[in-house]
Amino acid sequence: MTKRSKRSLFLMMILFFSFTGLYASDGTPIDTGATAWMLTSTALVLLMIPGLAMFYGGLVRSKNVLGTIMHSYVAMGIISVLWVILGYSMCFGGNTFGGWFGWNSDYFFLKGIDTKVMDAGIPEYVFSMFQGKFAIITPALIAGAFAERVSFKAYCFFIALWSLLVYNPLCHWVWASDGFLFKLGAKGAIDFAGGTVVHISAGVSGLVAALYLGARRGYPYQVIRPNNMVITMLGAGLLWVGWFGFNAGSSVSSGLSTAQALVATQVAAASGALAWIIIESTHQGKATALGFASGILAGLVAVTPAAGVVQPYGAMALGVIASLICYMAIMLKNKMGYDDSLDAFGIHGVGGITGALLLSFFIRPSWMADAVLKAGGSWTVWNQLGIQALAVGIAIVYAGVMTFILIFVLNKIIKFKASEDEEMAGLDRSYHGERGYGMLNPS
Amino acid sequence: MKLITAIIREVQLDKVREALIEADIKRITVSRVSGHGQQRIEEMYRGQIIIPDLIPKIRIEIGVNDAFVDITVNAILKAARTNGAGSVGDGKIFITPLEECIRIRTGERGGTAI
Repeated sequence: MTKRSKRSLFLMMILFFSFTGLYASDGTPIDTGATAWMLTSTALVLLMIPGLAMFYGGLVRSKNVLGTIMHSYVAMGIISVLWVILGYSMCFGGNTFGGWFGWNSDYFFLKGIDTKVMDAGIPEYVFSMFQGKFAIITPALIAGAFAERVSFKAYCFFIALWSLLVYNPLCHWVWASDGFLFKLGAKGAIDFAGGTVVHISAGVSGLVAALYLGARRGYPYQVIRPNNMVITMLGAGLLWVGWFGFNAGSSVSSGLSTAQALVATQVAAASGALAWIIIESTHQGKATALGFASGILAGLVAVTPAAGVVQPYGAMALGVIASLICYMAIMLKNKMGYDDSLDAFGIHGVGGITGALLLSFFIRPSWMADAVLKAGGSWTVWNQLGIQALAVGIAIVYAGVMTFILIFVLNKIIKFKASEDEEMAGLDRSYHGERGYGMLNPS
Repeated sequence: MKLITAIIREVQLDKVREALIEADIKRITVSRVSGHGQQRIEEMYRGQIIIPDLIPKIRIEIGVNDAFVDITVNAILKAARTNGAGSVGDGKIFITPLEECIRIRTGERGGTAI
């Protein structure tokens, strides 16, 4: 390095630090610890989307592997863009249209939060990006319900509209400080990291979509088996890792509540996975890898709404119960014969409902004591269960009805379901002009 | 006894299988192969026109007794043709004499072993 370039580097550094020094604070000082953890969490939650792509991608037939992976990836593109333009505003702005969703013109294109630091001591940019990752993964979860049979173009329009009309309003109701579910009862409906907003809404929407679109060609008499369990297992592992950002990051701090959520997450995932293979090997004779992965997810989904309020024994119980109920839900699905291809409803819908309701029985005493004070005398488990049931019911009805309307209208404009020929040729070839595993043929 | 070998489009496998099962032909061997016949496809990939010299196909092999040859062939013909009248690349059917057929489990030979 020459003397001159050294000097200009030095000058640049001085300029840089003087600018950051000028703009670092907006009244509120930055809590660097909390900010560092929220940045990490944001990255961890994003990691769940490639994880989901791998989890789903491995479970379909080889002709659909890329199309299925793209369902997750394209969500990263579409929803990120929408989120910056208006998603964040719709979720975390002030009540508009009687509280249907939020709006704050400062959040339009995020233009007003360039130098804003939140009360929690983190730049609002970080919080908005962290929340944006949740908005990405939710519509991507739905794709599991109608895997292997939808048009790529229609899917893109569907997730864009679904995000605006279903996710953003629900997110506003549950997490915005003036959302009506946030204010319900003594201390609000408990949804720590997205049991209702993410998992129940995605699961129920998936069920509605799967029922409306109908089954894949040949289902259920033709055996449809996973093309690559190895990437499915890798995906499940990434989801487990990413979930620490999802749950522990949802404390929006770096402290005790973060640690509590972290422990609950680990315990529920492990107990859920163990429970599933025990149930499965007792019932069917073998402990499958897919069963273990399903158990991980069932446990994680169930603990998502609960992570902030349950202690380890509660998380362990939730994991076991969720696996048992999800397992039965999938058995029931097989009996009923509808084609929820990758069990988006069976795991996310059912697991989310289980967690959001049953968490009422495992709330830590200090939280309940606080609720009693706020309610002015008495607040019991049953009061909270009522609030939880109300929130769950609202999420189910809203997501179900809106998804039905959305698909019904969209199907009139663009054909949602792939044609028989496209489905037989596979999504990869029909919509992407590529193949996932070209190496299987000498060519 | 005859050995029927059909080379078909990958996409038509489901339909051919269904047609064969409907005609009560259920014993079948399927493999992925690559080859080149009359068909010449142009694929567009990343803005470039690509002409693969070997095209992926499916090979079906069925050993049948003489009485079933026509039934099998008709089922394949019906299901493997595309666009109604058929198009280049739909594939071929080869019929070869089959000298012997032995069921490994019992050691049976001939027509009953098929």
